[in-house]
Amino acid sequence: MEVTKIENVTRTFKTGKMETHALRGVSLSIESGEFTALVGPSGSGKTTLLQLIGCLDQPTSGHVYVNGKDVSKLNRNQRADMRRGTIGFIFQFFALIPTLTAYENIEMPLLLNGYSASERRERVTELLKAVDLADRANHRPDQLSGGEQQRVAIARALATKPTLILADEPTANLDTPNGKQVMETMTRLNQETGVTFVFATHDPRVIQYARRVVTLRDGVVVENSEAEEISLGV
Amino acid sequence: MLQLIKMAYRDLGRNRRRSFFSSLALGMGLALLLLMAAFIQGEMGSAMDKTIELQSGHLQVQSKNYEETKTSLKWEDLVENPDQVASQIASLAPVSVATPRLFASGIVSVRDETAGVKVIGIDPLSSANDPFRKGLVSGQFLSPDDREGILIGLSLADKLGLDAGSQLNLSVNTSNGDVNEQAFTVRGIYTTETNAFDNFYVFVPLAKAQALTQTENHASAIFVMLKNIDQTDSVAAAVQSSSYKVLTWTEMNEFLVQYENFANSYMVILYLIVLGITATVIVNTLVMSVFERTREIGILSAIGMKSRTIMGMFLAESSLLAVGGILMGLVLGSIVIAFLSKYGFNIESIGVTGLLISNVIYTELTLQDAITLTLLAFVVTLVAGIYPAVLAARMEPVEALRAGQ
Repeated sequence: MEVTKIENVTRTFKTGKMETHALRGVSLSIESGEFTALVGPSGSGKTTLLQLIGCLDQPTSGHVYVNGKDVSKLNRNQRADMRRGTIGFIFQFFALIPTLTAYENIEMPLLLNGYSASERRERVTELLKAVDLADRANHRPDQLSGGEQQRVAIARALATKPTLILADEPTANLDTPNGKQVMETMTRLNQETGVTFVFATHDPRVIQYARRVVTLRDGVVVENSEAEEISLGV
Repeated sequence: MLQLIKMAYRDLGRNRRRSFFSSLALGMGLALLLLMAAFIQGEMGSAMDKTIELQSGHLQVQSKNYEETKTSLKWEDLVENPDQVASQIASLAPVSVATPRLFASGIVSVRDETAGVKVIGIDPLSSANDPFRKGLVSGQFLSPDDREGILIGLSLADKLGLDAGSQLNLSVNTSNGDVNEQAFTVRGIYTTETNAFDNFYVFVPLAKAQALTQTENHASAIFVMLKNIDQTDSVAAAVQSSSYKVLTWTEMNEFLVQYENFANSYMVILYLIVLGITATVIVNTLVMSVFERTREIGILSAIGMKSRTIMGMFLAESSLLAVGGILMGLVLGSIVIAFLSKYGFNIESIGVTGLLISNVIYTELTLQDAITLTLLAFVVTLVAGIYPAVLAARMEPVEALRAGQ
């Protein structure tokens, strides 16, 4: 089943009189359960593409479908509704709320989705275990290492059992062992839960985990290949 | 909701010093408002009470022809048989005391110094004159048959260098338009703790005043004090007759009533200024907080928090700041007001004239003022919180997220 489909999407940013064409007609389809990397040099449009799939932004032209629904014309609140419960995000920086504990950060999307207290408790405990952080539940982000923070972010992204998780450079700010642990956690959760992962990266060590790699350059898809066919060059 | 408040509380805790000072700004603003209200209340309350007690009474019964401003002493302008009229009025149940008084313009001269005064002929035995009896600072009070004694105010005595027992000359107008002059002995010196009054009013026994002004068996007015000020209108109606006019304290003190209204509207402007400054501090704090947390707002939005929830979070922060500030303000304000209600605020040197305002004002906070101002401070803070909250709620998640990178 198709989780997301992008049809001939363009995205142009205007800064004063300057126009930047971040995406120039991208078409792509991602099936349920995929573990796909978006690769390409910076400025190639990876992040913009993730934001469009993630209903954080709207395309200048073309259509974006998520779970079969056209999300390109939704208003702010409709997009927020779409994000909540359907899509999980993992960001390059460790995007946790600094005033909340690991437990509360994971709980936040559940609260926003109206889960009951007991459902929340059960789900958060389960997720903390899944990312090996059961003993860090009551730590605030500044008491956690970068890798731990990113694993909390993964747990948060998974909290509402979304169909799609989007990760933007999830290991960019991590050292090799932590980066490896994060990628292994993501791979394992993809296999265990069947949730679709799409992540943007230009780190070759990360790309090797992908089962499919979509390469972008200057806002267009230049290569779209299954893992076996990729030469990593590392 | 609870989670929002919890987050708001922790967010404020992130920059404790800033939150504290913002709340303190509100607290000081509120304390200032309470103090101003208590001060005005104390000033107005005392001014009105004093004016009634010393000058106008709750009611005055005068001849139909009497004109207050002219201090006329013509017989047709005066109340005839004043003792009889007074005792009739005094027999009414709500009346505390009714006593005749004669008013005359006069000049006191001592050696080559003179001072314009208002001479009041009083019945020394009447309890209406207790404020002067109790305010005696030297000498003794008048007695009904005293033919040479005069009671003068402390500030006038100081100005003319007079002590109890000193001699002075008093010239007064008489009923036929002449001027009559006679030497008096300062029998006593009183103070009402209101310089404006003490400077201007001198007292002689009614019989002596009548003899001096040639107004035998007449008085300018019957001065009436009631047991309860609320009965003014009903007593005024009961006393009304064809030969007299009855003036109530509101009619006699129109200027003071107007001044009070003016002072109240003036206070509203001051309140708005103080609250405006406070609101600016709160807006500033929250706007800074919004900009510092742009990325977080982006994250919350990305995980599906709706605009109105984000707005709610910031409004919760301004509510918490408001609650903290109000608590501080109430404590701070109460301490200052309690202190000034005991020890007073001396305005003697400011020299207010024309109004019977005590030299020392004791603050007096009414429950109504306290509640109104507290609610006002809360509402203003909440309103101030709207702009930063809208700012946060309107952020585009993509741009908010980019801010952190």
